[in-house]
Amino acid sequence: MFGDDIVMLSRMQFGLTALYHFLFVPLTLGMTFILGIMESVYVMTGREVYKDMTKFWGKLFGINFAMGVTTGITLEFQFGTNWAYYSHYVGDIFGPLLASEGWMAFFLESTFVGLFFFGWDKLSKVQHLTVTWLLAVGTSLSALWILIANGWMQHPVGSEFNYETLRMEMTSFADVFFNPVAQVKFVHTVAAGYVTGSMFVLGISSWYLLNNRDIGFARRSFSIASAFGLASILSVIVLGDESGYTSGETQKIKLAAIEAEWDTHPAPASFTLFGFPNQETQTTEYAIKIPYALGLVATRSLDEPVMGLKDLHAGSVERIKGGMLAYAELQKLRGGDRSEATKQAFASHKDDLGYGLLLKKYTPNVVDADAAMIEKAANDTIPRVAPLFWTFRVMVASGFTMLFIFAMAFYYCATRVADQKRWLMRMAVWGIPLPWIAAETGWFVAEVGRQPWTISGILPTHLSVSSVSSEQLWISIGGFALFYTVLLIIEMYLMLKYVRLGPSSLHTGRYCLEQSAH
Amino acid sequence: MFDYESMRLIWWLLIGVVAIAFALTEGFDFGVSTLLPFVGRTDVERRVIINTVGATWEGNQVWLVLLGGAIFAIWPSVYATLFSGLYLAMMLVLFALFFRPAGFDYRSKVNDPRWRNAWDWGLFIGGTLPPILLGVLAGNLVLGLPFHFDQDLRSFYDGSFWALLSPFALLCGVVTLLGTSFHGALFLKWRTDGAVHQRASAAIAVLGPMLLLGLIAVTAWVVLGIDRPEISQMLGHDAPSNPLNKTVTAVGAGWLAHFLSHPLMLIAPALGFVGLSLAWLLGKGRAMAAAFIFSCLGIAGMLFTLGFGLFPFLLISSTSPNSSLTLWDATSSHSTLLLAFWITVIFLPIVLLYTRWVYKILWGTISEKSIIKDTHSLY
Repeated sequence: MFGDDIVMLSRMQFGLTALYHFLFVPLTLGMTFILGIMESVYVMTGREVYKDMTKFWGKLFGINFAMGVTTGITLEFQFGTNWAYYSHYVGDIFGPLLASEGWMAFFLESTFVGLFFFGWDKLSKVQHLTVTWLLAVGTSLSALWILIANGWMQHPVGSEFNYETLRMEMTSFADVFFNPVAQVKFVHTVAAGYVTGSMFVLGISSWYLLNNRDIGFARRSFSIASAFGLASILSVIVLGDESGYTSGETQKIKLAAIEAEWDTHPAPASFTLFGFPNQETQTTEYAIKIPYALGLVATRSLDEPVMGLKDLHAGSVERIKGGMLAYAELQKLRGGDRSEATKQAFASHKDDLGYGLLLKKYTPNVVDADAAMIEKAANDTIPRVAPLFWTFRVMVASGFTMLFIFAMAFYYCATRVADQKRWLMRMAVWGIPLPWIAAETGWFVAEVGRQPWTISGILPTHLSVSSVSSEQLWISIGGFALFYTVLLIIEMYLMLKYVRLGPSSLHTGRYCLEQSAH
Repeated sequence: MFDYESMRLIWWLLIGVVAIAFALTEGFDFGVSTLLPFVGRTDVERRVIINTVGATWEGNQVWLVLLGGAIFAIWPSVYATLFSGLYLAMMLVLFALFFRPAGFDYRSKVNDPRWRNAWDWGLFIGGTLPPILLGVLAGNLVLGLPFHFDQDLRSFYDGSFWALLSPFALLCGVVTLLGTSFHGALFLKWRTDGAVHQRASAAIAVLGPMLLLGLIAVTAWVVLGIDRPEISQMLGHDAPSNPLNKTVTAVGAGWLAHFLSHPLMLIAPALGFVGLSLAWLLGKGRAMAAAFIFSCLGIAGMLFTLGFGLFPFLLISSTSPNSSLTLWDATSSHSTLLLAFWITVIFLPIVLLYTRWVYKILWGTISEKSIIKDTHSLY
């Protein structure tokens, strides 16, 4: 229906602006909690250094938070500007989730962030601490709502198609809220945010320690980051969201693609550690496999098989045929035939309607598709395996590297010898990019792995776009590229400036640069 | 009162409330940013101005984000049609808003006059372009937008960006900017002393009459020169949302006749003009709290005038009148309206309560002395 260029450009713009937004989100998630912990210690012990820690790391948080706000508005607008048919089709379910995020999360974090920065002299200690925690709760609640929305896109539950309004409508808010995919995703993602904050504080504190600056300040920051980071990375890994990949066809296809599982093997499936997936021959060359591991990770059992891509492809063919029947009945309903027989025939096939819509790419009438078109549409349901296979492994490798760093840091903090382990501190400094690499590759797997759908099994991506022109898209992409590049340079400049200044930027007179300069 | 028809009406009202909250709160933030380079001459003066809104503007901007989210949730097809149809205009609003978080937060972090001056102009753009474009949008809501739906309810926009900038719409853009600047000047005068206070006072004296004249011009233009469509046939007010199930005639009895058919609606424009006039008269003197409250009432009156005038339309289509969206055929399902209603009933008062508390804590006159004293911790 729409040129492939419109679909590709819309996807590119959404992907880039969302990934860019997610450079700032996880740090906000993690830093607010770390600030809450630091300030709690200050309120409990009354030691000024913890107040300075809250204020200094708060400054870095503030530089990052401004970018999170800037890039977040883009996403709130972009469903409407670039995904208008999607907005019409699922606004009934997706819209209230975004609006709830506004009421419960955005107001909380945005109202209290000002008080966090400017309320130090106007609030009692406990009041200010409460403000900081409300800020932290607000940011994590924001993640909750948007991940329920995203979880619904991955595994749409609690909703059905209404032929009178030609869109999906919510049937059970409880099902949408307690969607298992959403819940797993939420824990996985916020914990990844906490890891990001911890790695940031751990790495920068290590840099101060390596340079023999502000030792007391840096050492305390280092230990808080190591403890919080270890707890968080364990949550990320243990509650890794692969366990969410067993519900729903699309999630199963994603899992099979991540693991390059071409064939269904008898349970328990083995895990392909490395190899070179080949889409043409549908094999994985030079595969190194760990027996039992995939079955355990994916199904939490030893007797359930993990479906392979070839079998999943055959399933798609069947559902596309069902979708053609659903579409034919829908046309009758829209033509005015509201007989009970037609309604029942539609109801019995309507779960496959989305698969029928896949055919719109090849024939606008859907019902006249031939075998070759069905085969093409079924092929569309299988994503490119190699990019998912590799990005997933980059994410996991980053995660385990961080687990090592946090475990060592925590152990040496507990045994009070962390200061002497310069190799570990160097590793922590160089490890600062790891959480971002993991988060960005993680989103790549989640979203590219869902293709060709925006709403799994319900609405194909190529139908979701707005009726805009490629010129309009190029103008907006150009604008984003320009603004986002300039803003990133400015943000990095300020971040590095304040990291170099360290706690001396607070002008308390207690830290190293002030003592030599003044 | 929880039937589909009532919920549709209640939500029309609630979205109006969110739009008014946005206009009243971010309105003065925008206005303060527009006035920033002119009312503040030295760096300290400009910091006084920025710090009157610096700690609270982020919470205010959430009303805009929520307005977008609420329209998405309650009127999905309005959200889809408006945002994709006005694609480039929306992108311009967005790009202009980019200047605000960085402008407020980054400006004082480097002590170089060129850096700070550049951000001042960034804040000016971020506070000036959005009200102009939102005013242009309001003007086009009255004129009708060129869009239609196909049989799958996919919306197509039949116009261009430049066509939005008709003389009437541009007038609406200018008047909206005058409104935010006036509202911002009142706030600024209220919260400051010294030179900034004096100049804000001078701005109020000039902006007040300009705003009132502009509003009179807009009103006259609408009454005398713009057609108003009318619904000639539609399904019941509780029918499933499908905008194609009605017929609309492009030229009806007109805007004035629409108001006169339910004369109580005239309270809204009356409130608008009286409120803003009193705000101007009081704003020249010392009763700043009263002046600001009258300005709020006046702006609310003007937004209600727009809403009442369009009622029951949300988006009028100028090229395919039957595709026009109304509050009876563009809403989400009954259960979603109920869900969103209960969430709003619970959270709106909570948000208002803690916002009030935060303003109470941070309230006080911002002076040049206070900026110099807390030079490292303030914006």
